[in-house]
This record gives sequence, C-alpha cells and structure tokens, in this order.
Amino acid sequence: METDTVKLTLPVGQRDHIQGLITAPVTLVEYGDYECPYCGNAYPIVKQVQKNLGNKLRFIFRNFPITQIHPHAQHAAEAAESAAPQNKFWEMHDYLYEHQQALDDNHLEKYASKLGLDIIKFNHDMTSHAYAQRVREDFLSGVRSGVNGTPTFYINGIRYNGSWDLETLLKTLRSRFN
Amino acid sequence: MSETPSKYQKQQEQQSEALKPNTSAPDFTLHSKPGESVSLSQYHGRPTILAFYPADFSPVCGDQLTLYNEVLPEFDKFNAQLIGISVDGVWSHLAFSKDRKLRFPILSDFEPKGEVARNYGVYRKQDGMAERALFVIDKDGIIRWSYVSPIGVNPGAEGILKALESISGSR
Repeated sequence: METDTVKLTLPVGQRDHIQGLITAPVTLVEYGDYECPYCGNAYPIVKQVQKNLGNKLRFIFRNFPITQIHPHAQHAAEAAESAAPQNKFWEMHDYLYEHQQALDDNHLEKYASKLGLDIIKFNHDMTSHAYAQRVREDFLSGVRSGVNGTPTFYINGIRYNGSWDLETLLKTLRSRFN
Repeated sequence: MSETPSKYQKQQEQQSEALKPNTSAPDFTLHSKPGESVSLSQYHGRPTILAFYPADFSPVCGDQLTLYNEVLPEFDKFNAQLIGISVDGVWSHLAFSKDRKLRFPILSDFEPKGEVARNYGVYRKQDGMAERALFVIDKDGIIRWSYVSPIGVNPGAEGILKALESISGSR
C-alpha cells in the first residue's frame, strides 16, 4: 500500500545543502519549515544525532514551508537560500531555528548582518525573490515524495514514519549502518 | 449452508466499500457556508477532487487540508477543483477554514448526517464520521481514482497528482 514504503523521488544531489561525507553509510533528509514548532523541536535532536554519528551520517535539509499558516516561513526559507551562495546556508539554517519566534523580514535582515553576509547582495536576493523558485522546487519534490507534514524525514531515500525522538532516531539510523 | 448466516453477518460488520474507479460519481448538494451551497454537478467540465475527512480541527486532517491548501497551485494546473467534506456543521467549517486559511470549499455532510459519505461508501458508522478518503473525478463526472487512508494517516497529495496526470494524459 502507499503508506508502506514511500520513496524520495528527487535523489540527493548537486543542488542540495549537505552536511557530512558522500561516503557516509546513512543519509538523512529532512523536509522542514523554519516557522514550524515541530521542526523547531526536531532541530536540536538532529544536531545531537549528527554529533553522535559523526562521519557515518550525511544530513540534507530541504524546504517545505507551509505558507498559509506560517506567514514568515517562505521568506525565512528564501533567507537561508540567499545565504547559501555566500557559503552561510547552515549558519543561517541554524540561526533561524534558534530564533524561530522572530522571523519577520526585519529580523531576517538583522540575522544576515549578524552572520556577516554581504547585506546588499542579501537584500537584493530577498527583494527579487531570487530563490523563491528553488524553495518551491524543494516543496514540490517533497509533495511528490509523500511529505505529509513537517518535519518529514527520509533515511537512505525511504520515508521514515517512526518517532523522531533522539533515542529512537539514533537507534534507527544506527541500524542502517550495514 | 449452516455457515451462511455467520458469513453474512461478517459481511454486515465490514465497512461498505469505497466507490471504485469507472463508477459515476453520485451528485450531491451540501452547505459550504451558512446560506450557501455547492453541488458536485456545478464542476462538470473540469476534474474534481473530493477529500472526505473525519473532523475539523483533528490534528492529522489539519495537516492534510493545510497541505492541500499549499498544493492548490498544482491542482490548478489541471484545472481541478478541490472540495473537502466532513460531517461537521457549517459554523465549525467556517472557524476551521478561517483558522487554516483554506482557499477551497469544505462542505457539511450534516443533514442527513453522512449521507454523501455513505453514497460514496466511506462512512464510518461506528464513529459517526467519514473515512479519510480521496476521490478524483474526471470532467464527465466519472470516478477515476479512489483511496481510503488509515484514519490516522495523512495520505499526502502524491496520489491525487498522479491521478490528475493520468486523466490529463501527461507523463
């Protein structure tokens, strides 16, 4: 049935933001929304999992903003993408999750300054929505892969339907090492 | 023959089955808002997606309808109309729709309760609510795809998009 094995339809590749080595035995993909409280809860758990598993884990984050209920999610996603060409995607990703309660445009600009981004370039990318299309591509790849809420995780290309508390997630990821 | 009655009984206990593809979609008229109603037949000429769901404000369907709300532009590409249906009353729908900022109609299968869900074979008598069921109906009013999800599982949008693609002959 459709609920059993749901596959990631867009494989991890060049376009992705990746932490970890390509040789890592386990790849974890998250579809997330910066304004989603559940994703906020998942953020430190993923960090801890990365710490515990080290080189054995590769982590990818893709955007899945639920814009109608999270009014700042789209711009927050674009802010992280705008930081990417300046090599600060992950810094922005982390900063946004650590400041989930303040994601309006003024704060996004402040965070960009704080992270030392070229603010003229950043503002240009934000006002021209240079990365809106990319965010939508992420979103649609999620829809086509059976993302049904945020966060949704994929382990080695298969949707993970279990609990993502630290203990369970670690155990599951470790079980995929071979 | 002595077994027959118990077999028959078992049949009775089972849920009626959801209408299958290539069946004509039963028409209905239901309230969308206080004083306003919507009929399936008014969408003839374009594909229609019926999303039956158990209840307003239950956590999973919040996610499900919220997700569909985000995917609407993709449904639009097929000129398809999405309609949500549950047994909740119009005032509940109004509050739910406002809360989730839904941009498609949700209809009240309220009186007689669950009649439309029954006609589509997706009424859960024991719970008094609809299954989490999806129907994709083509422009001529024929069901082309149906799916009943486990009640607690958000079925996502992928199945709907695949069905719309297959109807339109793309991909």
